[in-house]
Amino acid sequence: MNEYEQAQQTFFEESRDMLRQIEDALLALESNTHDDETLNGLFRAAHTIKGSAGLFGFDRIGGFTHEVETVLDRLRAGEIALNGDLAALLLESGDHIGHLLTETADGIEQSETNAAGAALKSRLLAWCPSAGAGALAASTPSAPKASAPERPWHIAVDFGPSIFRDGMDPLSFIRYLGTKGDVIGVTTRIDSMPAAETFDPEICHLGFDILLEAQCTKADLTAVFDFVKDDCELRITAPDAEVERWIGVLQGMPAHGKRIGEMLVNCGAVTQDELSRALATQQDSQGVPLPIGELLVAQNSVPDQVLQVAVTRQRDQRTEESRFIRVQADKLDSLITLVGELVIAGAGANLLARRAGDPRLLESTQVITDLVEEIRNGALQMRMVQIGETFNRFRRVVRDVSRELGKEIDLEISGADTELDKSVVEKIADPLMHLVRNAMDHGIEMPDVRVAKGKAPGGLMRLNAFHDSGSIVIEVIDDGRGLDRDRILQKAWERGLVPANTELPDEEVFDLIFTAGFSTAEKVTSLSGRGVGMDVVRRNIEALRGTVKLSSRPGEGTVVSIRLPLTLAIIDGFLVSVGPASYVVPLDMVVECIELPESTPNGASYLNLRGEVLPFLRLRDVFGIDAPPPVHHNVVVVRNGATYAGLVVDRLLGEFQTVIKPLGKLFRNLQGIGGSTILGTGEVALILDVQALIDSATRNAARQDGTTRREDTAESTFGPAATSSTEN
Amino acid sequence: MTRTAEGTHGAAATASAVARQFLTFQLGGEMYAVGILRIKEIIEYGALTAVPMMPSFIRGVINLRGSVVPVVDLRARFGAGPTPIGRRTCIVIVEIEADGESQVVGVLVDAVHEVLDIADADIEPAPSFGTQIRPDFVAGMGKVAGNFVILLDLARVLAVDEMASVVAATDAASIPSVH
Repeated sequence: MNEYEQAQQTFFEESRDMLRQIEDALLALESNTHDDETLNGLFRAAHTIKGSAGLFGFDRIGGFTHEVETVLDRLRAGEIALNGDLAALLLESGDHIGHLLTETADGIEQSETNAAGAALKSRLLAWCPSAGAGALAASTPSAPKASAPERPWHIAVDFGPSIFRDGMDPLSFIRYLGTKGDVIGVTTRIDSMPAAETFDPEICHLGFDILLEAQCTKADLTAVFDFVKDDCELRITAPDAEVERWIGVLQGMPAHGKRIGEMLVNCGAVTQDELSRALATQQDSQGVPLPIGELLVAQNSVPDQVLQVAVTRQRDQRTEESRFIRVQADKLDSLITLVGELVIAGAGANLLARRAGDPRLLESTQVITDLVEEIRNGALQMRMVQIGETFNRFRRVVRDVSRELGKEIDLEISGADTELDKSVVEKIADPLMHLVRNAMDHGIEMPDVRVAKGKAPGGLMRLNAFHDSGSIVIEVIDDGRGLDRDRILQKAWERGLVPANTELPDEEVFDLIFTAGFSTAEKVTSLSGRGVGMDVVRRNIEALRGTVKLSSRPGEGTVVSIRLPLTLAIIDGFLVSVGPASYVVPLDMVVECIELPESTPNGASYLNLRGEVLPFLRLRDVFGIDAPPPVHHNVVVVRNGATYAGLVVDRLLGEFQTVIKPLGKLFRNLQGIGGSTILGTGEVALILDVQALIDSATRNAARQDGTTRREDTAESTFGPAATSSTEN
Repeated sequence: MTRTAEGTHGAAATASAVARQFLTFQLGGEMYAVGILRIKEIIEYGALTAVPMMPSFIRGVINLRGSVVPVVDLRARFGAGPTPIGRRTCIVIVEIEADGESQVVGVLVDAVHEVLDIADADIEPAPSFGTQIRPDFVAGMGKVAGNFVILLDLARVLAVDEMASVVAATDAASIPSVH
């Protein structure tokens, strides 16, 4: 990828960010139309897309965005007000820009997109009857405003008493100003002129108020008075256009790590001299020094409004952008891989140090090991992102779906700053979408029904997230009609999922909804309000090693809580060994460890655990490990949901924090192994997928023909080749 | 990347004088060769972790500087039983394309010999029978000092899809039941 393509890539990424900002801003404005800052942000985002698109010559994007910007400009100027229709139109336009971006990125141009664009364009034009030159001018602020200043520069200068003696002539400065622009008026101030009898012709008592029409910066004008800068008092008041330009520059300026004074100097609002003077005042002042901004305003160096923009800008940057940098996920991944290697290499060095028995060497390797551990945690931390962005996407969904359904639904988000691994965030979006749609569609009632039930007509969806003992919990909460427990149970009886007329605790009843097939039952869906695809939701969540639970109160609503591990990259494991091989059992599935009673007969696959029957799997047999068995076997008791089972292993090696390495496509059909990890020795250990092992054993219990050796099947697949040996 | 595959069709027809480089290695008394463009590195055999419930030609996985790489036992893949581990046993790390994704796979061989230049003119198309391995695994026969060397079509030999489906076939019956 060359630099140009890279720049294009950045453009596409940034434009998408901008579109998200536009969307967020529009949704925020819908509830609070008078928020100027949001409105400005909206306009700036559109303007940035347009400008950058123009830079790359993407006229389709630029042209369309221009129309959007025109409407936004009128909105910003207060000429039109934002209502539901306009917001919808602007949101659609945002989507259209998104399509244009996609098509441009793919290098295609579809006629239906163009048609949609034209339709949107004409709707946009309806909002700005006078669209044309004026709107265009407004959209490119600096150029036209500079050519037609609304008010000229006002320069007030009081010359010091000694300038005549220094050989300076005030008139020459005014003449020189004339070369910078048109001096349209000069008023001489003679207030400080003394009475004639004390008048000293060698002392200057003159001051001038000069009006100047000029296209120049404040610094240019200050430079005119350079010769007398220590000997005069100069106050330059900028025309409104110039003030606006400063504000524009300030807003576009990256404020990361800059001081207020620096920002004001950089945008041209304050000259370096003025800043120095203010700094000097600040230092001389007794007691608590005033902020530099206030001093600058006090000495008339900068209009208060410009200062306010700079201050806001600095604060915004501090709270948001300056805290983030954009890094490719691959880079982080390879960093984490490297750190993993470092852990292993460190463990090796530690081992050697221990053998050498030199206490100082041992101590220093220990320090390194600890540091590496911290680095690894830090590296993993970098992959953590806030869930807020994912949640925010639902504002649009809730808005659109509630309109579609004719319901009034508000979305409330809490815990948006809760962090979790990026890969988890990406994979949780779909199940969340399903749950939110479901809740809106089936959970929340129509306004009239709600009123009849004595509820507020508008429904409330809530998305909440929080950390809880090493996991993150995400809740999808609605205040709808709730689940109809009895109907679900009834249906389960009918379908034979639960023995007829058996009562179940609420939790298990609600759990039935996640059963595949059950969910699609039409009657339950329409009545209970939860259904199609809930089994898929559960499967997706379980694939992330998470769990999902439902709780509900009739008439009050439903809470779906999803519990997820913080990261997919690390789990707490329990290390066991069978013969020469080591395996990791996810620690959260381990209930206890016991020794296999010697009285257990060889063929039996169950044991007595405090009076309960505990079926077990001998890993040695399951995995066909050919190694002499130890004298004593151990059993790791694992739990999967409500099922308990034992795994018979040789040795228990203890807890172990594991970085999960995927096994790759070659092993995608392998059941019972969930992944792999690298031990301190550099060896690979396999992570057991306990659930799959138990499921597989349960399935095979019915068939009972588990005697076929896998080698036989494997080799017969290569029938013709197997008949002749390549050996000798 | 697809040069070995080109060899299958192009060699006899055009008989160009361009020479390509191949790595030769020993496998159960037979000489084989693969184009060096696919080869990333050659490492000593060691610290291999067996993966249970896999066909015997998937020997296990190794830790290759932090990534877990599967190792295919070529001899077993050709249907001749597992490769005995000896002093000169090596793992040749190759990169193959599967569904547009590249996958790194280790190949277990008895011994690695040398890198040879074989001109396209010296490559004969694969015979339809007579080789000891599946004919579709053979990209061509290279003439080296009067002898033939089997040029392997690694994309076929290490076809991830095919090998993974063998896993599925063998797995189903292998877990004993819980009573």
